[in-house]
Amino acid sequence: MSVIKEGTKAAWPICLGYIPIGLAFGVIAQKAGLSPFEIGGMSLLVFAGSAQFIGVSMLSSGAGFFSIVLATFTINLRHLLMSSALAMYMRSVNRSWLGLFAYGVTDESFALNMARFRAGSWGRNQALAVNHVSNAAWVVSTVAGGYGGSFIPQRAFGIDYALIAMLLCLLVFQLRDRLHALVAIISGASAVLISLVVAGNAHVMIASVIGATLGLLLRGKHPHTTERTK
Amino acid sequence: MSSPPFESLWLLFLGMGLVTYVPRWLPLFFLTRWQMPGWLEAWLDLIPSAILSALLMPALITSGEPRQLDLLRPELFVAVPTFLFALKTKSMAGTVVLGMALFWLAGRILS
Repeated sequence: MSVIKEGTKAAWPICLGYIPIGLAFGVIAQKAGLSPFEIGGMSLLVFAGSAQFIGVSMLSSGAGFFSIVLATFTINLRHLLMSSALAMYMRSVNRSWLGLFAYGVTDESFALNMARFRAGSWGRNQALAVNHVSNAAWVVSTVAGGYGGSFIPQRAFGIDYALIAMLLCLLVFQLRDRLHALVAIISGASAVLISLVVAGNAHVMIASVIGATLGLLLRGKHPHTTERTK
Repeated sequence: MSSPPFESLWLLFLGMGLVTYVPRWLPLFFLTRWQMPGWLEAWLDLIPSAILSALLMPALITSGEPRQLDLLRPELFVAVPTFLFALKTKSMAGTVVLGMALFWLAGRILS
């Protein structure tokens, strides 16, 4: 029980950050003709913020099934990298448990769980709790938005900044040595450049691969600068 | 705008859900059973900092659709003290609260 509590406690910045985005999504989806029930169903089945926004806007512009599914696939392909990194901490775990965990892998839960695993004081059930509590917050806030979430004043209490602030802090946790900082700089700069040229969010995956690969090559050249602590 | 027929909408959600789930699940299903070579582990170890930075930087210094470089965003001004605070304190709660407060303040000043 305390395991679930720990996970829930850790997930609060994610939940807080999902509220304004979820409400905004609900409002937009409702305007596109979706009922609150359909909005909740979509959030439960897809559980991916940006893909849902794009899916709904494509829907209202009359796009067909395959183009929306293809767009969703491209947008969410980046999770492939995140699940690969998470796999390091899930050796020989039961496969149906993994199936349940995979459902909740998002940018936010990935970043939070990786930082906790790396710190050493984290179990996979806490991580599972983080994923599912965040999912619940997402579903509830999108449905609330569908019921007319415009009653919440925009930018109230700076809540729109909760996720950015959380990601900034998680980035700080990742900057353990010069190599990780260098990778962040390369990846961030590539992401900006690519995002200016390519619409959508392919830049996240491409830039991350560039950053980590260059980092690996640099590490190969100066292995003494980054002894892995294990 | 009129809503599309009920069945096709749920079929669409299922399709979207499936193509979202598979990339989330595939590496967990296979990589957890396979002894990764050292270089792959080292590469994956660099992925979190790469992804976090790739998510954050465009959000902080670009805006619009199509995106353009925009160095005058409150998101960026607020990010600098928030980042320094996180670096100094390593406190998640403090960082989130400070970031929200500064962003709220920036909104009041700039509007």
